Amino acid sequence: MSTVVEHLPTAENPLVEGLERLPVHPTVLVIFGATGDLARRKLLPALYNLAHEGALPERFELIGVARKPDEDFAEMARESIERFSRRQPDPAVLKGLLGEVRYVAGSFDEDSVYVELARVLQEFDKRAGYALNRVFYLSTAPNFFPLIGGKLAAAGLQGGVSAIDRAASGIHRGASGVHPGVSGVYQVPSAATRLVIEKPFGYDLATARALNAELLSVFDESQIFRIDHYLGKETVQNMMALRFANALFEPVWNRNFIDHVEITAAEDLGIEGRAGYYDNAGALRDLVQNHMLQLLSLLAMEPPASFEANPVRNEKVKVLEAIVPPKVEQVDRIAVRAQYGPGVAGGKNVPSYLEEEGVPPDSRTETYAALRLQISNWRWSGVPFYLRTGKRLARKVTEIAVTLKPVPHIALQSSGSVGVQQNQIILMVQPDEGVSVSIGAKIPGARMRIRPVHMEFHYGTSFMSESPEAYERLILDAMRGDATLFTRNDEIEALWGIVDPILTAWRQDTSSPLPQYPAGSSGPSEADALLDEGRQWRRL
Amino acid sequence: MSEDIWSERDTTPDKIEAALRELLRERHAANRALAPARVLNLVVIVDREWKGEIANRLDRVGRYHASRTILCTVEERRETLDAVAVMSYEEAGPGGVAVIHEKIEIEVGSSQLARLDTVVDPVLVPELPSMLWSPHGHREAVQALLGMTDVILLDSDDEDDAGDALCRCGQLQRDAYVVDLAWLRTVPWRERLAAAFDPPERLSKLAELTGVTVRHHPSSAASAVLLVGWLSSRLGWSLAPMRSMNGDGLAGNATAQRGKVEIELRPLEQEAPGLAGVTVSWDPGCWLSLDRDLGGLRARECGRGGREESWIVLGASRGEGGILGEGVRQALLRDHTYAPSLEAAQQMLSEVAA
Repeated sequence: MSTVVEHLPTAENPLVEGLERLPVHPTVLVIFGATGDLARRKLLPALYNLAHEGALPERFELIGVARKPDEDFAEMARESIERFSRRQPDPAVLKGLLGEVRYVAGSFDEDSVYVELARVLQEFDKRAGYALNRVFYLSTAPNFFPLIGGKLAAAGLQGGVSAIDRAASGIHRGASGVHPGVSGVYQVPSAATRLVIEKPFGYDLATARALNAELLSVFDESQIFRIDHYLGKETVQNMMALRFANALFEPVWNRNFIDHVEITAAEDLGIEGRAGYYDNAGALRDLVQNHMLQLLSLLAMEPPASFEANPVRNEKVKVLEAIVPPKVEQVDRIAVRAQYGPGVAGGKNVPSYLEEEGVPPDSRTETYAALRLQISNWRWSGVPFYLRTGKRLARKVTEIAVTLKPVPHIALQSSGSVGVQQNQIILMVQPDEGVSVSIGAKIPGARMRIRPVHMEFHYGTSFMSESPEAYERLILDAMRGDATLFTRNDEIEALWGIVDPILTAWRQDTSSPLPQYPAGSSGPSEADALLDEGRQWRRL
Repeated sequence: MSEDIWSERDTTPDKIEAALRELLRERHAANRALAPARVLNLVVIVDREWKGEIANRLDRVGRYHASRTILCTVEERRETLDAVAVMSYEEAGPGGVAVIHEKIEIEVGSSQLARLDTVVDPVLVPELPSMLWSPHGHREAVQALLGMTDVILLDSDDEDDAGDALCRCGQLQRDAYVVDLAWLRTVPWRERLAAAFDPPERLSKLAELTGVTVRHHPSSAASAVLLVGWLSSRLGWSLAPMRSMNGDGLAGNATAQRGKVEIELRPLEQEAPGLAGVTVSWDPGCWLSLDRDLGGLRARECGRGGREESWIVLGASRGEGGILGEGVRQALLRDHTYAPSLEAAQQMLSEVAA
């Protein structure tokens, strides 16, 4: 189910009315880090699937930029697509997609890379007879973002704000709207240049602000598309449909009816050889600061005036800003961290985090984080939001459980059964995708006994079509200039603002013992202390 | 893929429905991770001798299987009902949910078609939309089922006469939403024409079109005329009836705001049904042409000054199985550009003899 309404002005082109696939302006996509893991596993297969479905622009060019010299990029891309695509590639489409790809080799700090890139981009523009939109996708380590952004600008490749981007962002200040490199030759006011970057957007609030400042010194905010691929998931987008397309839920979606909210992102796997990344990040940075707080903001935001990029993002920012960050000295009252010890997962003994290859033996990086947050606004005042995430937990599951308040009076006797329990609305993100609502029902028999039963909606049973990969949706949206599912600069800073004091407190605390939990368990018992009396974490 | 099967000779709709419910209860009790798909009832009416061919076509729709398919096979002198119900499913992975699809085949006699509603109605999943497909005609049965049908699936390209086929669509539209496979064959062409004229510098040319030529498989005249009907209705043209070009297709014209648009529909031998190509022209000497090619559509363009260009617009062929699957999927969508396109197409064919 697609829940985000197209925002592009359709009235101008009478032929787009009624079409499922809206036209995308002819585009050249430049992937920096084109030989890396993300490009091979996700981006190139996503591009193939878009091509297969006829969803790419009618003119589409692909350029790979990477350090490896003499890379046969087309061959590498073909192998990656054949290996990782969700469908068997059609040879003719694959050949068409990769037949004209270009590869620019060199280090990202070399000016010659950008000179060559500019030459190839101009060549494509000349061949088309007009300026193609340009999307620079930085599939690189985040420390290269400012460098590449700056080099693109120095080479005159930062472009301008297109009419579409300007309309979507509400920007009215002047911008050229044409590529400087071809200015005066191919004046196309609709041509746009966009920069796509992948998380992490900073390492903490200060570095996030610095990154924003550096990128915004050369690109306009409307040109920057920060990907959080969670937002590309159908089930995440469905949260907006559930809330705003059903009269059933919105009346109870507030402090009067909701008792508490629990957001879980549990993984059964360990760090899978990514010690270098993970030990620097930890659970809070890896999942809470981005994915989980994004889920929270979609769940708790006010209805936007429209589903265009900025109305949606404005509402998300308002919710995030309503979460009062804890003071550093209060962190241990609202946050728990832990590391997995040795244990059993899937019937096999598995090592502790500190025994994983590449992890420093004295590492204090958390592999588990749990938080209790409060949203200080009219709708949510007094409703606790519990978040937990971790590696090597009992089960892989991402879900949001909204627990309603108990009924005020129970006239029904409940002996002989588990009795009347609080209703829950479970939004299942993965591996199951759907919604489950628990309600009390009478157990068949002579006595009036009640137990909870579940009304369930599963994507697999209710829709014939399979969900596209999140990257397919997001790449297409970036090419279209639709930023609804991308994170804005102030949103990034609001997200970091919530977790920054926690990071600071944990960094400063170098002596107290770090709680441990057995691999394959539900997490540390210390996390129970975050819950108010009478509550317990949902069973994983 | 695993299957649970029930069958009975000389049965009744109530018994079929009870058997389905029992199969489902048993399967769910054995494996709670299995859940029945609940998307769409698809009722298909076929001649018994051709049921294999239709079953094969349904097998090729890929992921767009209806959740409950009711195949009514018609046999001339039969007076009783024989039925087979099959529940098929794949075992769920750890922690996941697997989906059950149901297929019921009911053998009916032609004398029962006038009240086929009394056979089919008890077997439908209530609350789900119902789609009806009757590829071998059986208009009596279609009429009987119209009251319980939300969507009618048909293929105007299957009919000998495109005018009659489109007229039938117009009539059926009054009772149900029509999904015409001939219309769905035009989807990539409509998308690409829309994309070609989407850049601002090209958009103004839509008002200046002077000619449209559609090349089509000889059996796909309905698709071709629907494509022109779509252009006409979207661009506000006034259409004149088309005339035959003595076996070489149809010709006609339309009046646009800025002048006349010459229209031609030309049959072209090709392996696949559907459209073969389309050319639109404007300004003297400017045109854009899209034609089938490997891996997508071959775009050719000639601008002012005679500069010609060619490139491939990527996209895999959906094949006839894919188009049928798309037809099933469309049961849950609504395309409000179809009705005006159909009306325009009917107008174009209003004076063409069969």
